[in-house]
Amino acid sequence: MAPALCANCNTERALIKRPKNHAKLCKACFIKVFEEEVHHTIISSRLFHRGEKVAIGASGGKDSTVLASVLKILNERYDYGLELVLLSIDEGIKGYRDDSLETVKRNAVQYDMPLKVVGYDELYGWTMDQVVATIGKKGNCTYCGVFRRQALDRGSKMLGIKHVVTGHNADDIAETVLMNLLRGDLARLSRSTSIVTGDSRSEVKRSKPLKYSYEKEIVLYAHHKKLDYFSTECIYSPEAFRGSARSLIKQLERVRATAILDIVRSGEDMARLVPRDTSSSCSCKEQKNAAPIALAEDDVGGCGSQNGRTPGNEMAAMDKQLRDNEVHEKFEIDVAKVISEGKKTGPEKQQWGLPTRNGNSATGAVGGQVLGNCERCGYMSSQATCQACTLLDGLNKNRAQIQI
Amino acid sequence: MGSESAATIPITVDFSGGLEMLFDNQRRYLISLPVTDESGKAANIAFLIEHLCKHYMKDPRADLFVLDGHIRPGILVLINDADWELEGEEAYEIKSKDNILFVSTLHGG
Ligand SMILES: [Zn+2]
Ligand SMILES: [Zn+2]
Repeated sequence: MAPALCANCNTERALIKRPKNHAKLCKACFIKVFEEEVHHTIISSRLFHRGEKVAIGASGGKDSTVLASVLKILNERYDYGLELVLLSIDEGIKGYRDDSLETVKRNAVQYDMPLKVVGYDELYGWTMDQVVATIGKKGNCTYCGVFRRQALDRGSKMLGIKHVVTGHNADDIAETVLMNLLRGDLARLSRSTSIVTGDSRSEVKRSKPLKYSYEKEIVLYAHHKKLDYFSTECIYSPEAFRGSARSLIKQLERVRATAILDIVRSGEDMARLVPRDTSSSCSCKEQKNAAPIALAEDDVGGCGSQNGRTPGNEMAAMDKQLRDNEVHEKFEIDVAKVISEGKKTGPEKQQWGLPTRNGNSATGAVGGQVLGNCERCGYMSSQATCQACTLLDGLNKNRAQIQI
Repeated sequence: MGSESAATIPITVDFSGGLEMLFDNQRRYLISLPVTDESGKAANIAFLIEHLCKHYMKDPRADLFVLDGHIRPGILVLINDADWELEGEEAYEIKSKDNILFVSTLHGG
């Protein structure tokens, strides 16, 4: 087979076939176009403002490493005027973070960015090893995931930084869309597609500049730029990606590569059908003025190094549930609830079934849930006590019992 | 006859993105791949994958590398740094000194 030439420069040999449009590109053109697309997302969503201090949630993994690299380049190329800091979370699993933290430390030098590492013990008073010693290995991914979701916010607050960016990619978003669709959780579906989470009420804003970037291209970008990243899986969930929604996404991609972005766009479109929606799309198409918002608590949250992925066997568990026929009933109830609440809160503009493009949620009701703050820690929560504080309650009771 | 069946192609095979864990934590292998498969067909990527599973896989979780006889979706294959989709995928016939990289996108972000 004669080597194909790059569709862009027509001189170099094509090495990349882009999943989103099958364009064949050479290494240099691919790197350029990948960066420019992230720039486009940043500009069209108005993610940053000049002089802003931004923490990059850094795990040493591919996504956050690519994010740090691209943000550094764009910040210089387009003079964003950002002050970038790497923020790493240490879950306190002995041995588990050693290599990835070493990677982040090297990244800090390579990208000339300050690095701050905060531990679960500093944030919650518990390391994951202590959690496991208390509750056993079963179900601890829930703790890890819930703690992780807030860790970056709490860590940023400690540093006095109001904006955290994470490496969530298009595959992550597509996976969350599918999971919420299968759950029939329309409210969460609408929020999961947002590029920005957190609002004026939360102290820390979160965003995902790689939201439209294929995981495949992130890996290829890291490979061709020879970036230094670390691959691992959470040692407490060795089965992490078997039978997961992730596998389904990858199989769909294999059959038709555009499927991933199609699911992301579909998620955004469906989000617009949800009453009181504040979901997102690339703003240049939507004539929106600012990036819309969502609840940070809903941020896709998996376990360990699985940057924002659903725990692996969740899909299998759901499959079983579906066969048990319970979900069908629940689904109907949920939809009915969402419809009625939507109508209650906004009778004229927020009619069910009509696209709602200007859902400025003054009352704080988003898709049928009421936003509030955890009365313990102040983190955004739809309950009086947030998930993390609820789990901590249980843990602390256990510790008390053990000590007696 | 004996020398013919023993003829091999020298290639390098790299694993990254976490796949090295399935191959004894070794990222690079210098491999002498038989020139043809059992049926006498020229060695291609499909044959290499089979060969790797048979002789180099050091982990019971082979299904993290192959699924239903094919490379698991989510694992990228680069042939001399080019996406294998540009090179004919499994049917690509392996040449001397080729570099084949298997990189997982499935491990942590
Ligand atoms: Zn080019
Ligand atoms: Zn709380």
